[in-house]
Amino acid sequence: MNTIMQIENLKKNYGSVQAVDGLSFSIEEGICFGLLGPNGAGKTTTIEMMEGILAPSEGQVSFRGKKIDNHFKKKVGIQFQNTALPEFITVKETLELFRSLYPDPRSLDEVIEICSLSDIIDRDNRKLSGGQRQRMLLGLAIIPHPEIIFLDEPTTGLDPQARRNFWELIKRIKAEKTTVLLTTHYMEEAEILCDQIAIMDHGKLLEIDTPETLLENHFDGALVKIPHGGRTDLKLDGGVLSGDFLEITTNNLDRTMRDLLSSQLNLEGLSIKKPNMEDLFLKLTGSSLRS
Amino acid sequence: MKKFTALVYARTMEFVRDKGTFFWNLLFPVVLVVGFSFAFSGNDETMFKVGIVGNNTQLEDSFLDLKAIELIEYDENPALVLEKLRRHQIDMIIDFKKQSYYLNSESSSTEVLRSLGRSDLQNFNEQEISGEAIRYVDWLVPGIIGMNMLFSCMFGVGFVIVRYRKNGVLKRMKATPVSPFTFITAQMVSRFVIVLLTSILVFAGTNLFLHFVVNGSYLLLILLTIMAILSMISLGLIFAARLKSEELASGLMNLITFPMMIFSGVFFSLEGTPGIMQNASKIFPLTHFIEGARAVMIDGAGFTDVLPQFLVLGGMTVLFLLISSVFFRWE
Repeated sequence: MNTIMQIENLKKNYGSVQAVDGLSFSIEEGICFGLLGPNGAGKTTTIEMMEGILAPSEGQVSFRGKKIDNHFKKKVGIQFQNTALPEFITVKETLELFRSLYPDPRSLDEVIEICSLSDIIDRDNRKLSGGQRQRMLLGLAIIPHPEIIFLDEPTTGLDPQARRNFWELIKRIKAEKTTVLLTTHYMEEAEILCDQIAIMDHGKLLEIDTPETLLENHFDGALVKIPHGGRTDLKLDGGVLSGDFLEITTNNLDRTMRDLLSSQLNLEGLSIKKPNMEDLFLKLTGSSLRS
Repeated sequence: MKKFTALVYARTMEFVRDKGTFFWNLLFPVVLVVGFSFAFSGNDETMFKVGIVGNNTQLEDSFLDLKAIELIEYDENPALVLEKLRRHQIDMIIDFKKQSYYLNSESSSTEVLRSLGRSDLQNFNEQEISGEAIRYVDWLVPGIIGMNMLFSCMFGVGFVIVRYRKNGVLKRMKATPVSPFTFITAQMVSRFVIVLLTSILVFAGTNLFLHFVVNGSYLLLILLTIMAILSMISLGLIFAARLKSEELASGLMNLITFPMMIFSGVFFSLEGTPGIMQNASKIFPLTHFIEGARAVMIDGAGFTDVLPQFLVLGGMTVLFLLISSVFFRWE
């Protein structure tokens, strides 16, 4: 596996606010790399420095071992979090406009096919729904035959149906061996699409690994959750008090259940689940909805 | 070049398909020109204005006492008074120093005044000059078109680029291999073509029924218009260079365009205003365009006569472009 992009000790500060604080990682060619973090964690700042849109305060971004330059712009596909499109022109005209900006653009038919744009091709940009708009923006991103494609929260604000459709598009792009860097705060999305995940908060990297390894390292077996009903003195192996609940992380479910039964705790409200990325995210960042 | 034409096309389509803005740009000046021409057309046609040069000692109890005749005494340069007669601002001049009277052969009042004064003016020489009537609307039309150009250039380039910066279009462009120079030049060219065509269209359209006086060359007028558009677009670019807020941009642009509208002599002549105001008005490109265009249209000025205006507008364009290129940021 070759490293396609690498960042070293990347920092960005806005006045006294340290948005990104010494981030380093590298991305292997051909994978889908997920950059995760709560709102305000510094994901967008990081991805924009990697795209060459923002100049880092410190540190370096390199593409195939070389510092990124203007030439790099011809090899990347970018989908920003918020992009207005030129108004009063159609999807087709917008695609044609962007095709004219690159030296060796993908054919119009191919873009339409990959991003399923045929039904909206003659529509005015302003009349697109959220999902259609994201498909169109993805279309713009794949025009230059990018070696790496940056998608900054592409599914935020989409309904579940549109989100799943978008995942299919990303899978198609992955199948072309294009490296994908995706930021999201939907853990389910990261679990389904990403081969490697970096979790960040407050501008710092918390964890980086494959989704499976991350879960394995942080959770043993299952998570048992039960209302403690005031019995805060209860001591059980792997048990932690969390609000009104007792949470037990266990890799021996049978023994935990027997312990609970013998503790005489009311089992009404008991839940057992396998931990997923959502739990890991909460555990690492302490919040899912910080804004 | 492919990038460039694609950008020009996209921007032009954006303008043409925005029906509201498109018709506003065409209709607003037409409405103003036509409105003013009506508002100032029904003036005192029945009254004759007679200019008096020198002391009227000889013509007492004459036709000059008629109620329909208004006497205006002039102490100024006789050439300027003649110019007023040529432009139909007055109907007759009686020069007591030269013992002559002057009439304009193209004025409808000439016949009447000649017969009215026949007996009283026996001892005077008659001199006839000729010149088409200059109406307020002839004088006004370069001002209105210039003002429309100003708004279209400032807001069409300055404001739109600020909006692009705010909503992320500029950022999206920055992520492509397009250079700022190509992008901005494409915006300028698109706007240039739009403004030049609308200006010509507005002039030609209103000219169909108002028949403006054009004593100079049309080519010169168009060249002057081209220079003016370039300088105004460049002025708009200064605002586009760095501002991120549409509100601030539009406020600042209004701060510039409104004084320009008032003090560049769009609606009224700056002659007779305090010298400081006349000098201050020289900093506006609009002033120079209007001056030049009026000189060509009304006085029939040639290229050398309006060379100063060309030079000033050209200089302003270069200066404004330099300022905006120094300050320009994608974000």
